[in-house]
Amino acid sequence: MPKNAQIKVPRLRLLLPFLLVPIVLFAENSPLAAQTVPSRARVARAAPNFSRVDLRHKKIELTSYRGKVVLLNFWATWCGPCLTEMPTFTEWQNKYSSEKFQVIGISMDDAAPDVIAMANKLKLNYPVLIGDEHLGIAYGGVLGLPVTFLIDRHGKIRERYQGASDLTDIKREIEAFSTPDSQVKLWYLVDVLIASYPGS
Amino acid sequence: MKLRFLQITSAAVLLAFLAMPGTTMQAQQSAAMPSPLTDTTIPSAALLQPAELLRMLHGSENPLILQVGSHVLYAEAHIPGSEYVGASSTSAGLQSLRERVSSLKKHQLIVIYCGCCPWGHCPNIRPAYEQLHALGFTQVRALYLADNFGADWVNKGYTVAKGR
Repeated sequence: MPKNAQIKVPRLRLLLPFLLVPIVLFAENSPLAAQTVPSRARVARAAPNFSRVDLRHKKIELTSYRGKVVLLNFWATWCGPCLTEMPTFTEWQNKYSSEKFQVIGISMDDAAPDVIAMANKLKLNYPVLIGDEHLGIAYGGVLGLPVTFLIDRHGKIRERYQGASDLTDIKREIEAFSTPDSQVKLWYLVDVLIASYPGS
Repeated sequence: MKLRFLQITSAAVLLAFLAMPGTTMQAQQSAAMPSPLTDTTIPSAALLQPAELLRMLHGSENPLILQVGSHVLYAEAHIPGSEYVGASSTSAGLQSLRERVSSLKKHQLIVIYCGCCPWGHCPNIRPAYEQLHALGFTQVRALYLADNFGADWVNKGYTVAKGR
């Protein structure tokens, strides 16, 4: 074997860090990284309570839904991705027992008449409230729609979905949170372990 | 040995060049441009990156900044000094926009922004841009918020004001 061939591998190794660093730099700024993608965040804090009247003039208080998994969906009539996913929420409200699951819609529209018209058009079968900046701020800032929170049976926010979400993923979480406490505790333990793992 | 030295040196120079702030910023800006698939028809030359607007705010250009989307989202957080003029997806919002700019000179620098939804889904930014363009304004810039105002402005640590 020629002498030059033997030293090729070490030379490449030497250059590897220099080749990798630009790749990493560009990966962070790559067009793919800049694309708009929905995000999902694990949360573990008490859901801020609210008490408001819905479009049907019924008083809705979040704490009264303890014992149920609540899907809290911030939306607006002008938000295309919101309108796309809302029929699925209606379907889920039908599918899952109302004793275990409840969808609550919070419209961030400026005018209630538009919301009433849209709720009728979409035949929403769950309560819809008119939101405002105070509610948005209480939930950590709702500055872009849709935003959906999954609240467990104990009133704790477990997931926050921003943007047009993977509905299969949300459905899976709803089913997981609807399981008996012993199993929830097991999954919660897994979550905690994953969250505490360095780099997660 | 000499060859090895040359390889290391050239790689180091390349690395230093890539790490230069200007280069990184250019990369960020080009990466942050909308894909050709977005459904807005605003020319790319009229788009304004958030970092560029931030520089404007600290400079002497003094743009008129108008939020053309949701009032509720504006009340939650908005760019300091910006004004709410109404959702440009509605006729009332467009009317409000026309009234606000009616007394301005056509070369006034106007920055419009919304950030209610991902760029390609925003119902407000394009009508606002087209309205101002139709009125003859020559310096209209649309703030490019790829995901939304929260992700592309607030979460970057840029200053915000609250209230209506």
